Amino acid sequence: MMPAETATTMDRAAFSVDGTRLVVSGDLRIAAVDALDRSALLKKAAGVTVIDISGLTRIDTAGAWLLVYAQDRLAAPGKRVEITGTSDAQAQLIDVVRASMPPADIAEPKPKTLADQVETLGRMVTSGARKTVELTSFLGQVVATMAGTLIHPRRFRLTSLVHHCQEVGLNAVPIVALMSFLIGVVLAFQGAVQLRQFGAEVFVVDLIAISVLRELGILLTAIIVAGRSGSAFTAAIGSMKMREEIDAMRTIGLDPVTILVVPRVLALMLMLPALGLLADISGLVGGAVMSWIELGVSPAVFQSRLVGNTDVWHFGVGMIKAPFFALIIGIIGCYEGMKVGGDAESLGRLTSTSVVLSIFMVIVMDAMFSIFFAIVGV
Amino acid sequence: MMAGVVDDPIIRVRGLVTRFGTHTVHDGLDLDVRQGEIIGVVGGSGTGKSVLLRAIVGLLKPDAGQIEVFNQSVRDTSDAEYRDLRRRWGVMFQDGALFSSLTVRQNVEAPMREQLNLEQTLRETLAAIKVRMVGLPENALGKYPSELSGGMRKRAGFARAIALDPEIVFLDEPTAGLDPIGAAAFDILIRQLQAALGLTVFLVTHDLDSLYAICDRVAVLADKRVLAVGTLQDMLEVDHPWVQEYFHGPRARAAFTAPKAEN
Repeated sequence: MMPAETATTMDRAAFSVDGTRLVVSGDLRIAAVDALDRSALLKKAAGVTVIDISGLTRIDTAGAWLLVYAQDRLAAPGKRVEITGTSDAQAQLIDVVRASMPPADIAEPKPKTLADQVETLGRMVTSGARKTVELTSFLGQVVATMAGTLIHPRRFRLTSLVHHCQEVGLNAVPIVALMSFLIGVVLAFQGAVQLRQFGAEVFVVDLIAISVLRELGILLTAIIVAGRSGSAFTAAIGSMKMREEIDAMRTIGLDPVTILVVPRVLALMLMLPALGLLADISGLVGGAVMSWIELGVSPAVFQSRLVGNTDVWHFGVGMIKAPFFALIIGIIGCYEGMKVGGDAESLGRLTSTSVVLSIFMVIVMDAMFSIFFAIVGV
Repeated sequence: MMAGVVDDPIIRVRGLVTRFGTHTVHDGLDLDVRQGEIIGVVGGSGTGKSVLLRAIVGLLKPDAGQIEVFNQSVRDTSDAEYRDLRRRWGVMFQDGALFSSLTVRQNVEAPMREQLNLEQTLRETLAAIKVRMVGLPENALGKYPSELSGGMRKRAGFARAIALDPEIVFLDEPTAGLDPIGAAAFDILIRQLQAALGLTVFLVTHDLDSLYAICDRVAVLADKRVLAVGTLQDMLEVDHPWVQEYFHGPRARAAFTAPKAEN
């Protein structure tokens, strides 16, 4: 058998008009049909009453479609164009194609009007509002389930909690520590350049301590954890949803919120403060090392200034925020996972939504905390 | 029905060995498929029916043996030759394996876009014809796979497999999970399109009704090779416990007395 291309180029279909007969011969397959100028063919064959295909060597669905198309278009009103010279197989193919012809008028897509755009905007607003309501009710459901496990501690999944603590906490230690150390280094270095101009090098300690303890340590840890664990929650729960594991749990009386969501959210709430503490420590260490090298502030001076001049509330403010950030990341990660539908596309889309939304909400929350602490004056 | 079948096989498998780790799936498997026939491949779970299909279409590299399709080796071939080969067969996976981000129309158009540079209206018309050929309603064209029922997904998968008018179609359990009426309709569809398009059909199945209704020959996979090939009558005489149980069981007897599908 010859490869398809050579066969078509060697023996492409030919059309000739012989009186009232359109004689088709050669290879009428998809490549030949595509290369053909159909309107020119119709013009040339206008008025024929018979299409003779006894000279056809090969035909496929596209060729059969062309014959049926020509037969319909060439027919004078009230008359029929016959297709003659078919073999049994060809006749069968032509019949199948004729039965499957799409309706002649394929609807054109309508151009978008202003009203459509307003409608799209309205839909976006309502779906945003609906999502807020759903997220809040999911939060309520998770909190209620957590409270329920306090009353019935046997429902609580300790093994799962420990497993997730390792996943989101212990395994994140290297990346969090390194990131925070480098932030300390950067702050010391940038601060040193500015403060040296005033001979106020020693104030670099206050700069590092306040910014790391109050804001950067916990905020950057939360962002890393959202990217690392929030996305993992969405992907894991989402793929369970896709393979109907969540439905299977419900049918045997297991509550997916108790089994999947509560241990994950709780593990995050326990581990994010711990990771935040680690970030604070390694940020200060990074700052101290850089201050010593760049500014000659010895570790002893750094320590005494840190202890003497930094209010412990700076540390407290950072730590208070940690469980709230954890709750946001955990709830959004699990919620988006539960929203995954039957297709692979939605899993990817929702995983990225989960990360973007949780980082955004963490920063919004941080801003609200700043305002709150400014008002209460710590 | 066997008239017009040539002796020169369109698919030739010789001495196929496939292993997963230490687990040997096929050990010296031989199989010939004739042009224009519907061959049913049966076997118990885990006998490597789907693995054989994947090896033939080149998705899986066998550990030893030769596989020739259209007298061309599937393994030792250049990329360009393999592309030409691929264009001459279509594969329908279990559950359709439709691209979930594309509509049914785009799924059927996908092989046409990839393999041929067709004018858009022709491509859309041909896709619409293929979708109607497999018995899907007009409004299925714009739907996404997640909006279709299992049976419709299989039909759409079949439409994609025949999008380029291939010479061979590989069907992996096309009727599994369908209701008996839907399965029978699918059998008739396969038979009709096979006759109209002159297809060779490689059918992996568990469905005894399909075997009786549409298959010209049956190949039984057992003991890591093809144990027997032949018509259903031949199968009844094979002296092997699994084959005996399969073709003499109560389900087989019920299927055997059912009428054959008409062309």
